[in-house]
Amino acid sequence: MQRCVLLFVLAATLSAKVDFSRQVEPVLRARCQGCHGAAQQMSGLRLDSREGALTGGYAGAVIAPGRSAESKLVARVVGGKGINQMPPGKPLSAEEIAVLKTWIDEGAEWPASKPVAAAAPVKSNHWAFQPVKRPANGNSIDAFVQARLQKEGLQSSPEADRATLLRRVFLDLTGLPPTPDDVANADSYEQVVDRLLQSPHFGERWARPWLDRARYADSDGYEKDWVRPYAWRYRHWVINAFNQDMTFDRFTAAQLAGDQMGGSAENRVATGFLRMTLTNREGGIDNKQFRFENTIDRVNTVGATWLGLTVGCTQCHDHKYDPVSQKDYYQLFAYFDGVEEVDVDAPMPGELGPYLQKRDEYQAKRDEMVKAYKVPELQAAWEKEMLRASANPGERTDWDLAWDCLLKLTEAGDGEKIIRIPAEKRTARQRTILEDHFIRNYHFAVGPKVYEQVKFKELDTKLRGLKDAYPQLTQAMAVEETAKVQSYLRVRGDYQTNGIPVKPAVPAVLPQAQGTTRLDLARWLTSREHPLTSRVTVNWIWAELFGRGLVKGLDDFGVRAEKPTHPELLDYLASQFMDNGWSMKKLIREIVLSKTYRQASTVRKELESRDPENALLARQTRIRLPAELIRDSALHSAGLLSLQVGGKSVKPPLPEGVMELGYGGRSANVWKESTGADKYRRGLYVHFQRSTPHPMLLNFDAPKANVALCKRERSNTPLQALNLLNDPVFFEAAAALAHQVMAASADWSTRLEEAFRLTLARKPSDRERRVFENFFTRQKEQLAKEQIGSESAAWTSLASVLLNTDEFITRE
Amino acid sequence: MKKDLFAIHSRRSFLRDCAGGIGTVALANLLAQEGRTAELPLAAKKPHFAPKAKNVIFLFMEGAPSQMDLFDPKPELQKWHGKPLPTELTKDLKLAFIKPTAKVLGSPFEFQKYGQCGMELSTLLPGLGSIADDVCLVRSMYSEAFNHHPGQLFLFTGSMIGGRPTMGAWLNYGLGSESQNLPGFVVLASGVGTSAGSDNWSSGFLPSTYAGTVFRSKGDPIVYLANPKGISRDSQRLRLDALKELNEEHLEKTGDAEIASRIHSYELAYRMQMSAPELLDFSKESTETLKSYGIDQDATKTYGTNCLLARRLVERGVRYVMLMHASWDHHSALSNGLKTKTRETDQPAAALIKDLKQRGLLDETLVVWGGEFGRTPMSEIRRPDDPNSIGRDHHPNGYSIWMAGGGIKGGQVIGRTDDLALNIVEDKIHVHDLQATMLHLLGIDHLKLTYRHLGRDFRLTDLGGEVVKKLLA
Repeated sequence: MQRCVLLFVLAATLSAKVDFSRQVEPVLRARCQGCHGAAQQMSGLRLDSREGALTGGYAGAVIAPGRSAESKLVARVVGGKGINQMPPGKPLSAEEIAVLKTWIDEGAEWPASKPVAAAAPVKSNHWAFQPVKRPANGNSIDAFVQARLQKEGLQSSPEADRATLLRRVFLDLTGLPPTPDDVANADSYEQVVDRLLQSPHFGERWARPWLDRARYADSDGYEKDWVRPYAWRYRHWVINAFNQDMTFDRFTAAQLAGDQMGGSAENRVATGFLRMTLTNREGGIDNKQFRFENTIDRVNTVGATWLGLTVGCTQCHDHKYDPVSQKDYYQLFAYFDGVEEVDVDAPMPGELGPYLQKRDEYQAKRDEMVKAYKVPELQAAWEKEMLRASANPGERTDWDLAWDCLLKLTEAGDGEKIIRIPAEKRTARQRTILEDHFIRNYHFAVGPKVYEQVKFKELDTKLRGLKDAYPQLTQAMAVEETAKVQSYLRVRGDYQTNGIPVKPAVPAVLPQAQGTTRLDLARWLTSREHPLTSRVTVNWIWAELFGRGLVKGLDDFGVRAEKPTHPELLDYLASQFMDNGWSMKKLIREIVLSKTYRQASTVRKELESRDPENALLARQTRIRLPAELIRDSALHSAGLLSLQVGGKSVKPPLPEGVMELGYGGRSANVWKESTGADKYRRGLYVHFQRSTPHPMLLNFDAPKANVALCKRERSNTPLQALNLLNDPVFFEAAAALAHQVMAASADWSTRLEEAFRLTLARKPSDRERRVFENFFTRQKEQLAKEQIGSESAAWTSLASVLLNTDEFITRE
Repeated sequence: MKKDLFAIHSRRSFLRDCAGGIGTVALANLLAQEGRTAELPLAAKKPHFAPKAKNVIFLFMEGAPSQMDLFDPKPELQKWHGKPLPTELTKDLKLAFIKPTAKVLGSPFEFQKYGQCGMELSTLLPGLGSIADDVCLVRSMYSEAFNHHPGQLFLFTGSMIGGRPTMGAWLNYGLGSESQNLPGFVVLASGVGTSAGSDNWSSGFLPSTYAGTVFRSKGDPIVYLANPKGISRDSQRLRLDALKELNEEHLEKTGDAEIASRIHSYELAYRMQMSAPELLDFSKESTETLKSYGIDQDATKTYGTNCLLARRLVERGVRYVMLMHASWDHHSALSNGLKTKTRETDQPAAALIKDLKQRGLLDETLVVWGGEFGRTPMSEIRRPDDPNSIGRDHHPNGYSIWMAGGGIKGGQVIGRTDDLALNIVEDKIHVHDLQATMLHLLGIDHLKLTYRHLGRDFRLTDLGGEVVKKLLA
């Protein structure tokens, strides 16, 4: 208040016209141009030239000549509640503010002066932005690791014993512990590695960390959390891609721009990567907001997954630490702004023939059925009323609701798009989508009584039955782009506040890209000159195999992140990766064949203090298995695991009451327990319902699939203990394991050895033998006391102890 | 309570004992790696300053209870009943389903004054009325979200986008828990599931150690708490003893301190198994107590049971109890819906406050009652042909909650909305302000409780939040 009065007084006393070069320019130079000048243009603003000052920043003009009260520049230097006052630190003096105000009120004249320096190119000396260079001083992983150890005066560890090493490499390459046969048949280590790289389970093991990044789930998320019946089709593609050793550049292009690569349906399936965003179907939400959020998520995911940069910060403002501006962000955003969600046919082998044979018959029967219920005429009338309701909101509240439902409740969110296409111009797929929606949701418009009279519920059941009776094609969630979209920077990251227009482009600090399509972006990401993609990728693959990346933060290669422990090794691997044509299998092969990888993981006394995190790699690291692999290991050791690769998600037993905690308790119906072999599929196929995930997965830190996750936590909690001790799934595995062990021999000792072979791929030590002898005797006594006295119950209990050991759930 | 048994120093000696001489450095490292160990992350930690409250019970009334039918009398609405409001008043409202031209709905319920403080409440809430002098009624809450899932995330995580930790997870991360046999963050549910599902008790990007544990009313109270079929309590102990020996041997062999932590997790799991039945056993509660919570009546049984359980949990040192009761989302059939919901919840909630007070626990327990936002003064009419179907839409610009206990000044009403219940005219309290205030009462400076994720220090109150002094005793 005081300041306002003072300003008024000062402004009134400034009778003579303000002299720009004597009064205004010095203020701008001293207080503004540091951040808004040639060297930097924070928020896109330059205050060192007339043009810059009048054009303004990201949010538009900051000076309204003649109207200081409407000029943002003035508002920002004056400050107030909710305004981020400029400049930061000491504010301008009342006199300086008065000068600026008067100058603007007098027309903001800016005499033509000397030409202004061009904006300095965005540059950075940060290591991660420099080109990848193959180091001259070494050509193997071990050489770089040894060099560093020598410098530290440390010795590497000896090779792990054969049993440990086999179990390690089986788990790392296929996610399954070796069976006794695997161990017996193992030839040279190198041959084992080569065989495992060809195993179909390799793709299952390596798809999972990628699916973490893709935020893979089998449901929409948010309130309604609808099941996505075909999300698995994308997962299937990822597994295949790893198994075929699809090169990482193609892998990248297909997922970011498969729809722009032409031809194959599989490429469109790959774009499912962009569809793993959440879908909000809650009534009354603003579709524009969630479309925006999805695009934001896509940009952030690309940032974390390929660039290893926390670009998410720049959604709202220029990055505080990294040389990435808000404009850079929205230029990346522009690549994805035109993405439209669409579901496509993605037939699995063998589906197409039978489908084509029966397609016309199916359609004819369907048409006949809907005709019998007068759908065509009722729908035509409904469509007319719906369009009227959308043009006259508030006129009829029931139809308003019906319209809102159309916007939310078609599978791919394309209800409005379709209804606005004249009926005769709709594709067969579009016709069916709208017809189904109409039949299922007509009651919103006409009320329950009329809905009952038209018997659409009955019709819906019949239509679903008909569909089940005829061969159908597997669908896939994909994207397409049909129209050019003008993108805008959003001020403070708010979807409703457009700033300056932007075009697709990559961050200025990085080598520049050709072209403006998503495919161009993908090609840029995997170009030889790109300093980040290869480093980020070899780093996460390394972390999968050592428990820690060469750069610790797998998703942050920015200036504030920890530097690589072995920068030359990182560049060596990145060069190798690119020179080998981005082959992931070759990269993994080279790593697991290294001596560094093959070391024992035992913690050595002298390393405890020197290198508690094992950053220097003087040993391997024990890694607690991820959730899915704990399940797989237990079932596999027990001989229960189904080894079928790929396909639909499955629903193993789930504790009662879990699904009821989802919205309205409705998702309770979602979990129809799988039967037969499907009950024993691998963990990566377990249906992931975002609002109510399977507790076993969450207990062991599986991602919640909201955003890209580049590094899983490895927590250690009592709930995990309860899970392994008491979950009927694990206890069933113990029983099956006991059954196998008892079938193998009648001799107690041999049985125990068999149990060890099946679970830990090794023999018991003497002490372990004693522990189990003692346990077994007491357990049998206890069971006898409880009159359960069977031999198999005691063996089951013993087996369950083995399945609970830290060693069993750890890759050593 | 055997708190001291597992205080940090004894845990150190425990580790030394079972580790057969594992070095102190590894131990220190183990201590440093938050979230990777079983108990240490949940060991009680010092707050930033002396707290007023130790524990929180959040009575989350999911779906957005209608403030002008329960807490905030608006006689002016009767005059407008059946008429639309002038568009200049309504055109900027964020509405979910209805349009700005929707007709006003005067409250079908009466209000009366309660307590010495004369708090005006709906006659649907005699229970709340009976504790009015202990309650601080806030009539000036506002949220940025106007849909359920984002609104619930906003209330519990400070952000409308998923993936961030919830309040209970933040508190466990910041303060640990004083309970050694129970999780530090317990979730109790009655009614149907909520819009945000498990996002409402998620640990977000914090380690899963800090996530809420659901105590269920069906099946095992905690998932996988019961022994498998055929495993008695004694057999379970035998399994654990053998397991402990094996893990100890392996710890010696590998030197990996993580195994020491695993051993401890199993012991804690066993203690949880042992203590849960006692927690759930109400046989030592007096008949009067059970009656006061309404456990003897069908309408109040489920929610009343959870309220009593909430008291028993904080009594045992559980840091944060969230009690969810769905659904208050009365888009239609508002009148009957509110009668049902208040019948289910009013008596038990009041009993909880009285019970806590009588046991001297209210001072150290912060109780919050509220939903994710409020409802419109205008009506929502989904079925024009059915007058009973009338309801109200979502309204985030001014709604009511109440708080009691731990450092809250009772017997007062904070904030005021305008006569049409559209906007706040006095003491606006943002969701982030509520969060900042709750943390403050627990001795935490909301600006300082942060976690680095994706290159940024996140906090519960995102970029906002101011402690509301008027709420404090």
